Amino acid sequence: MRWILVALMVAATAASDLLQSFEMKQAGEQSARARGLMRVLRMIAQRRYLILSIACLSVSFFSFMALVQMGPLSFAVPASGASFFLETLLAKLLLKEHVGKRRTAGALIVLAGVVLVGG
Amino acid sequence: MPRVRILKTFAVLVLFIALKAAGNLSLAWGMKHLGESASANPLFYIRAMLNPFVLSGVATLIVAILVRLVLLSLSDLSFVLPVTAVGYVIATFLGKTVLHEEVTASRWVGTVLIVIGAVLTSSTVHTTARKEDRQA
Repeated sequence: MRWILVALMVAATAASDLLQSFEMKQAGEQSARARGLMRVLRMIAQRRYLILSIACLSVSFFSFMALVQMGPLSFAVPASGASFFLETLLAKLLLKEHVGKRRTAGALIVLAGVVLVGG
Repeated sequence: MPRVRILKTFAVLVLFIALKAAGNLSLAWGMKHLGESASANPLFYIRAMLNPFVLSGVATLIVAILVRLVLLSLSDLSFVLPVTAVGYVIATFLGKTVLHEEVTASRWVGTVLIVIGAVLTSSTVHTTARKEDRQA
Protein backbone atom coordinates (compact mmCIF):
# COMPACT_ATOMS: atom_id res chain seq x y z
CA MET A 1 0.00 0.00 0.00
CA ARG A 2 2.80 2.44 0.86
CA TRP A 3 4.37 2.02 -2.59
CA ILE A 4 0.99 2.77 -4.19
CA LEU A 5 0.84 5.99 -2.14
CA VAL A 6 4.43 6.87 -3.12
CA ALA A 7 3.56 6.27 -6.79
CA LEU A 8 0.39 8.36 -6.49
CA MET A 9 2.25 11.17 -4.67
CA VAL A 10 5.13 11.27 -7.15
CA ALA A 11 2.92 10.94 -10.25
CA ALA A 12 0.61 13.72 -9.01
CA THR A 13 3.61 15.97 -8.21
CA ALA A 14 5.14 15.36 -11.64
CA ALA A 15 1.80 15.94 -13.41
CA SER A 16 1.33 19.18 -11.47
CA ASP A 17 4.85 20.41 -12.30
CA LEU A 18 4.51 19.54 -15.99
CA LEU A 19 1.11 21.26 -16.25
CA GLN A 20 2.49 24.35 -14.49
CA SER A 21 5.61 24.39 -16.64
CA PHE A 22 3.56 24.00 -19.84
CA GLU A 23 1.05 26.72 -18.92
CA MET A 24 3.55 29.21 -17.45
CA LYS A 25 5.82 28.97 -20.50
CA GLN A 26 2.84 30.12 -22.56
CA ALA A 27 1.99 32.86 -20.05
CA GLY A 28 5.42 34.51 -20.30
CA GLU A 29 7.57 36.04 -17.58
CA GLN A 30 5.79 36.90 -14.30
CA SER A 31 6.76 39.12 -11.39
CA ALA A 32 7.21 37.80 -7.82
CA ARG A 33 6.13 41.14 -6.34
CA ALA A 34 2.74 41.43 -4.59
CA ARG A 35 0.92 42.67 -7.70
CA GLY A 36 2.59 39.99 -9.83
CA LEU A 37 1.57 37.25 -7.36
CA MET A 38 -2.04 38.51 -7.45
CA ARG A 39 -1.93 38.22 -11.24
CA VAL A 40 -0.63 34.65 -10.93
CA LEU A 41 -3.53 33.87 -8.54
CA ARG A 42 -6.03 35.25 -11.09
CA MET A 43 -4.28 33.26 -13.79
CA ILE A 44 -4.76 30.03 -11.79
CA ALA A 45 -8.53 30.63 -11.81
CA GLN A 46 -8.60 31.33 -15.56
CA ARG A 47 -6.32 28.66 -17.02
CA ARG A 48 -7.69 25.12 -16.93
CA TYR A 49 -4.27 23.42 -16.88
CA LEU A 50 -3.32 25.45 -13.80
CA ILE A 51 -6.61 24.46 -12.10
CA LEU A 52 -5.78 20.84 -12.96
CA SER A 53 -2.24 21.31 -11.59
CA ILE A 54 -3.66 22.50 -8.24
CA ALA A 55 -5.94 19.44 -8.16
CA CYS A 56 -2.89 17.22 -8.79
CA LEU A 57 -0.99 19.02 -6.03
CA SER A 58 -3.88 18.31 -3.62
CA VAL A 59 -3.82 14.60 -4.53
CA SER A 60 -0.04 14.61 -3.94
CA PHE A 61 -0.38 16.29 -0.52
CA PHE A 62 -3.24 14.00 0.60
CA SER A 63 -1.12 10.98 -0.42
CA PHE A 64 1.76 12.36 1.64
CA MET A 65 -0.58 12.80 4.65
CA ALA A 66 -1.73 9.17 4.35
CA LEU A 67 1.86 8.01 3.89
CA VAL A 68 3.18 9.69 7.06
CA GLN A 69 0.26 8.20 8.97
CA MET A 70 0.91 4.59 7.97
CA GLY A 71 4.68 4.71 7.49
CA PRO A 72 7.77 6.36 8.96
CA LEU A 73 8.67 9.98 8.13
CA SER A 74 12.18 8.70 7.34
CA PHE A 75 10.60 6.76 4.46
CA ALA A 76 7.93 9.21 3.25
CA VAL A 77 10.14 12.29 2.78
CA PRO A 78 13.14 10.67 1.02
CA ALA A 79 10.76 8.56 -1.14
CA SER A 80 9.17 11.78 -2.40
CA GLY A 81 12.56 12.40 -4.05
CA ALA A 82 11.48 9.86 -6.69
CA SER A 83 9.86 12.86 -8.38
CA PHE A 84 13.39 13.82 -9.59
CA PHE A 85 13.49 10.57 -11.58
CA LEU A 86 9.97 10.75 -12.98
CA GLU A 87 10.17 14.47 -13.81
CA THR A 88 13.49 14.00 -15.65
CA LEU A 89 11.94 11.14 -17.65
CA LEU A 90 8.79 13.12 -18.48
CA ALA A 91 10.76 16.30 -19.27
CA LYS A 92 12.64 14.31 -21.90
CA LEU A 93 9.64 12.42 -23.28
CA LEU A 94 6.90 15.06 -23.12
CA LEU A 95 8.59 18.48 -22.98
CA LYS A 96 11.41 17.31 -25.31
CA GLU A 97 14.01 18.90 -22.99
CA HIS A 98 17.68 18.10 -23.42
CA VAL A 99 18.73 15.58 -20.72
CA GLY A 100 22.51 15.13 -20.49
CA LYS A 101 24.54 12.24 -19.08
CA ARG A 102 24.97 13.88 -15.67
CA ARG A 103 21.25 14.47 -15.26
CA THR A 104 20.46 10.91 -16.42
CA ALA A 105 22.99 9.51 -13.90
CA GLY A 106 21.47 11.66 -11.15
CA ALA A 107 17.95 10.43 -11.92
CA LEU A 108 19.10 6.78 -11.83
CA ILE A 109 20.96 7.33 -8.52
CA VAL A 110 17.74 8.82 -7.05
CA LEU A 111 15.83 5.70 -8.17
CA ALA A 112 18.43 3.40 -6.54
CA GLY A 113 18.18 5.50 -3.35
CA VAL A 114 14.38 5.21 -3.25
CA VAL A 115 14.59 1.41 -3.60
CA LEU A 116 17.09 1.27 -0.69
CA VAL A 117 15.02 3.61 1.50
CA GLY A 118 12.02 1.32 1.11
CA GLY A 119 14.01 -1.86 1.77
CA MET B 1 26.94 39.35 -5.33
CA PRO B 2 27.05 41.84 -2.40
CA ARG B 3 27.76 40.37 1.05
CA VAL B 4 24.41 41.54 2.46
CA ARG B 5 22.56 39.69 -0.30
CA ILE B 6 24.58 36.52 0.32
CA LEU B 7 23.74 36.69 4.04
CA LYS B 8 20.06 37.31 3.25
CA THR B 9 19.98 34.35 0.84
CA PHE B 10 21.62 32.13 3.47
CA ALA B 11 19.17 33.28 6.18
CA VAL B 12 16.13 32.64 3.93
CA LEU B 13 17.59 29.25 2.94
CA VAL B 14 18.00 28.18 6.59
CA LEU B 15 14.48 29.47 7.37
CA PHE B 16 13.00 27.46 4.49
CA ILE B 17 14.79 24.22 5.50
CA ALA B 18 13.74 24.70 9.15
CA LEU B 19 10.09 25.44 8.25
CA LYS B 20 9.89 22.45 5.92
CA ALA B 21 11.37 20.12 8.56
CA ALA B 22 9.11 21.48 11.34
CA GLY B 23 6.03 21.32 9.09
CA ASN B 24 6.67 17.72 8.05
CA LEU B 25 7.36 16.69 11.65
CA SER B 26 4.20 18.34 13.01
CA LEU B 27 2.10 16.84 10.19
CA ALA B 28 3.53 13.35 10.74
CA TRP B 29 3.02 13.57 14.53
CA GLY B 30 -0.58 14.74 14.12
CA MET B 31 -1.45 12.11 11.49
CA LYS B 32 -0.03 9.30 13.64
CA HIS B 33 -2.16 10.39 16.62
CA LEU B 34 -5.47 10.93 14.79
CA GLY B 35 -7.24 7.78 15.93
CA GLU B 36 -8.71 7.37 12.43
CA SER B 37 -7.07 5.62 9.48
CA ALA B 38 -6.50 7.38 6.18
CA SER B 39 -8.99 6.66 3.41
CA ALA B 40 -9.72 7.76 -0.13
CA ASN B 41 -12.55 9.97 1.14
CA PRO B 42 -11.52 13.66 0.80
CA LEU B 43 -13.61 14.46 3.90
CA PHE B 44 -11.10 12.47 5.97
CA TYR B 45 -8.37 14.98 5.05
CA ILE B 46 -10.60 17.94 5.89
CA ARG B 47 -11.36 16.34 9.29
CA ALA B 48 -7.66 15.56 9.81
CA MET B 49 -6.87 19.28 9.51
CA LEU B 50 -8.94 19.91 12.65
CA ASN B 51 -6.12 18.21 14.59
CA PRO B 52 -3.89 21.02 15.93
CA PHE B 53 -0.62 19.27 14.94
CA VAL B 54 -1.88 18.53 11.42
CA LEU B 55 -3.20 22.08 11.09
CA SER B 56 0.05 23.66 12.29
CA GLY B 57 1.99 21.31 10.00
CA VAL B 58 -0.08 22.34 6.97
CA ALA B 59 0.16 26.05 7.93
CA THR B 60 3.95 25.78 8.41
CA LEU B 61 4.33 24.04 5.03
CA ILE B 62 2.29 26.79 3.34
CA VAL B 63 4.58 29.43 4.89
CA ALA B 64 7.54 27.32 3.70
CA ILE B 65 6.21 27.50 0.12
CA LEU B 66 6.02 31.31 0.37
CA VAL B 67 9.55 31.49 1.84
CA ARG B 68 10.74 29.26 -1.04
CA LEU B 69 9.28 31.78 -3.50
CA VAL B 70 11.33 34.50 -1.77
CA LEU B 71 14.39 32.23 -1.98
CA LEU B 72 13.77 31.72 -5.71
CA SER B 73 13.66 35.48 -6.16
CA LEU B 74 17.13 35.72 -4.52
CA SER B 75 18.84 32.80 -6.25
CA ASP B 76 18.55 30.36 -9.13
CA LEU B 77 16.49 27.17 -9.09
CA SER B 78 19.69 25.30 -9.98
CA PHE B 79 21.06 26.47 -6.60
CA VAL B 80 17.83 26.05 -4.57
CA LEU B 81 16.95 22.48 -5.65
CA PRO B 82 20.30 20.77 -4.85
CA VAL B 83 20.90 22.71 -1.61
CA THR B 84 17.42 22.06 -0.21
CA ALA B 85 17.82 18.32 -0.92
CA VAL B 86 19.58 18.20 2.48
CA GLY B 87 15.99 18.21 3.81
CA TYR B 88 15.78 14.45 3.08
CA VAL B 89 18.59 13.79 5.56
CA ILE B 90 17.05 16.14 8.14
CA ALA B 91 13.64 14.40 7.84
CA THR B 92 15.30 11.00 8.35
CA PHE B 93 17.23 12.35 11.37
CA LEU B 94 14.04 13.82 12.90
CA GLY B 95 12.16 10.57 12.23
CA LYS B 96 14.82 8.68 14.16
CA THR B 97 15.34 11.09 17.05
CA VAL B 98 11.88 12.63 17.62
CA LEU B 99 9.48 9.99 16.29
CA HIS B 100 11.77 7.10 17.41
CA GLU B 101 11.62 5.40 14.00
CA GLU B 102 13.95 2.53 13.18
CA VAL B 103 16.33 3.77 10.50
CA THR B 104 18.37 0.92 9.05
CA ALA B 105 21.80 1.32 7.43
CA SER B 106 20.29 0.73 3.98
CA ARG B 107 17.76 3.53 4.58
CA TRP B 108 20.59 5.94 5.47
CA VAL B 109 22.51 4.90 2.36
CA GLY B 110 19.35 5.28 0.25
CA THR B 111 18.69 8.75 1.68
CA VAL B 112 22.25 9.88 0.93
CA LEU B 113 21.97 8.45 -2.61
CA ILE B 114 18.74 10.41 -3.15
CA VAL B 115 20.51 13.62 -2.04
CA ILE B 116 23.48 12.91 -4.38
CA GLY B 117 21.10 12.09 -7.25
CA ALA B 118 19.02 15.21 -6.59
CA VAL B 119 22.17 17.36 -6.63
CA LEU B 120 23.34 15.80 -9.93
CA THR B 121 19.90 16.10 -11.52
CA SER B 122 18.96 19.59 -10.40
CA SER B 123 22.30 21.42 -10.47
CA THR B 124 22.29 20.89 -14.23
CA VAL B 125 18.75 22.14 -14.80
CA HIS B 126 18.64 23.39 -18.37
CA THR B 127 17.69 27.03 -18.22
CA THR B 128 15.22 28.29 -20.76
CA ALA B 129 16.16 31.94 -20.08
CA ARG B 130 17.26 33.87 -23.13
CA LYS B 131 21.02 34.17 -23.54
CA GLU B 132 20.94 37.98 -23.34
CA ASP B 133 18.90 37.77 -20.11
CA ARG B 134 21.44 35.42 -18.53
CA GLN B 135 24.30 37.71 -19.47
CA ALA B 136 22.54 40.78 -18.07
